[in-house]
Amino acid sequence: MTNGDPLSETGDRPDQAGAAPPAARPPRLFALLLKDRVACLAALMLLAVAACAVAGPFLLGDLATRQNLHAVDLPPFTLDNGWAFVLGSDSLGRSVAARLVVAARTTFAVAVPAVLASFVVGSAWGMWAGYHRGWRESVSMRIADVVLSFPSLLLAVVVLYVFSPSVATLVLVLAIARVPVYLRTARAESAELRSRLFVDAARTFGARGGSIIRRHVAPTVMPTLITVATLDFCFVMLTESSLSFLGIGIQPPDLSWGLMVAQGRQELQTAWWIAVFPGLAIVMTTVSATTLASWARLATDPAQRWRLTVPRGRARATARRAEEAGR
Amino acid sequence: MLVFLRRRIISGALPLLAVVLGVFFLARLTGDPANLYLPLSATPEMRAEFAARNGFDQPVAVQFLDYLSQIVRLDFGESLRTAQPAAQAVLQAFPATLQLAGATMAIAVTAAVVVGSLAAYRPNSLADRFAGLLSSASASVPDFWFAIMGVLVFAVTLNWLPTSGTDGMGAWVLPIATLLIRPFGVLVQVVRGSMVSALSAPYTRVARSKGADEKRVIFVHALRNAAAPALTVAGDLAVGLVNGAVVVETIFGWPGIGKLMIDSILQRDFAVLQAAVLLTAVTIFALNILIDACYALLDARVRQGVAT
Repeated sequence: MTNGDPLSETGDRPDQAGAAPPAARPPRLFALLLKDRVACLAALMLLAVAACAVAGPFLLGDLATRQNLHAVDLPPFTLDNGWAFVLGSDSLGRSVAARLVVAARTTFAVAVPAVLASFVVGSAWGMWAGYHRGWRESVSMRIADVVLSFPSLLLAVVVLYVFSPSVATLVLVLAIARVPVYLRTARAESAELRSRLFVDAARTFGARGGSIIRRHVAPTVMPTLITVATLDFCFVMLTESSLSFLGIGIQPPDLSWGLMVAQGRQELQTAWWIAVFPGLAIVMTTVSATTLASWARLATDPAQRWRLTVPRGRARATARRAEEAGR
Repeated sequence: MLVFLRRRIISGALPLLAVVLGVFFLARLTGDPANLYLPLSATPEMRAEFAARNGFDQPVAVQFLDYLSQIVRLDFGESLRTAQPAAQAVLQAFPATLQLAGATMAIAVTAAVVVGSLAAYRPNSLADRFAGLLSSASASVPDFWFAIMGVLVFAVTLNWLPTSGTDGMGAWVLPIATLLIRPFGVLVQVVRGSMVSALSAPYTRVARSKGADEKRVIFVHALRNAAAPALTVAGDLAVGLVNGAVVVETIFGWPGIGKLMIDSILQRDFAVLQAAVLLTAVTIFALNILIDACYALLDARVRQGVAT
């Protein structure tokens, strides 16, 4: 990561502090995204799931809970019973497709706040610890070690035993369990940045620790942290669905994909689709997020971005040549 | 070496202490245990008597010391469900989990070393792309869903394997396969990464130039140097295996410690849950020490405490 990263979102770049002269402006992120077909698909997929999460309950909330005992365990992939039952129905005659859409809301309602909370707390804490070094750093790292050495599911199990499971407690548990991830990344990056020239310059001009972290360290560390957050979104989503599956996460009548798999498990022999589709939804969402994260890592790294702007075959050839040269 | 181990034991004991503290104070947070153990119609006298008998009328600090001394004497209280000592319930379940986790890690490490080395040997080859695909898939598939799909295909449809239980070799296949996906996927990537750099290092060129055959170069010279990062990650993964064990044991009815924990949560069997969490924490602690010891054996710099 170089200083003066032109992709810091706010636009107030730290290049007044002795950065490189402004080069030709690199292509905008969005244009880059449109060029990469796979990443574009992944982004569209995530957008679709997010749209389901926001609008789904208003449009299909009624359909997802309406029972129809004449339409029990309908098999999927036929339109004989109308669009609502294109993915089949469950043992109470509820539409699986509508339930999937509504469950996306709960999944996002847990994953997004949990990721945001751990992201904000962990990054701020990590940058602070890495910038100041000394005892602040070692104490923070010890705390991160303690939390990380404890299996997250176990932590959740203990906490959810004490507090009754709900969206709020789930968010709390998952956020606490994931703070160390950002803490470690942000600390490592900012510990390295504090000895850079542009930070030194800012210090010489009398900038305080807090404002150096905000104006100079944060914009430079941000792309890395955002990539970590995207990957972590998958982890949080998978943990939430595992907990819901085990019966200590989201509780009925609320819906989540993990819970739907658990309900479908009872009828695996007669109606496989009830358990299969929610799982597929989880897989597709996580695959999209992972793809987008690895694209974002390339796109936000000035040293790697060229890989996205040259045609595929040439990129590979250049990469191979670079590898040969490295040997 | 001994100095090194002592230092690691002290720093590793910190999380363990945190767990003991955490379990204790979370236990106090569940509210008055009398509500749980006594009938609703219990009189205030009965409650007071119950509190006195269990030491709940003491200050929290005294209670904590009592709790510690009980742990030291390996007294974990009694199970609410079965009235057998909690320690006994936990120790009965523990070997089943250990066998499952041990077999999984053994397979995962062996397979990851072989596949990862092959992938690193020729970057961008078929083996490399296959390994990449496998590991990215393993990070996206929820393990409980993978297990259920396994049951659907191999137990319900094809009828090759049992859906649950521990009888016979067949019963091991699906649980191990489910536990395997995550550690294998991560390990392959780690082995591949460190093998790529080890295979292009000067010492490999020396080994080749003195005429060592390729197998020896890969599996002796390069792998020995590439093993350290893989080992660290394997330790983290073994800790994470606890997560998987809870899920897998619940699905396949495996009588291990993960299933015990979930069951005791759902039935509010407090003593057993506490004992199970503690035993898991102690195991993780021991495992971390063991891994650090292996790490030190592999790398003299770590052993001597030299900053790298």
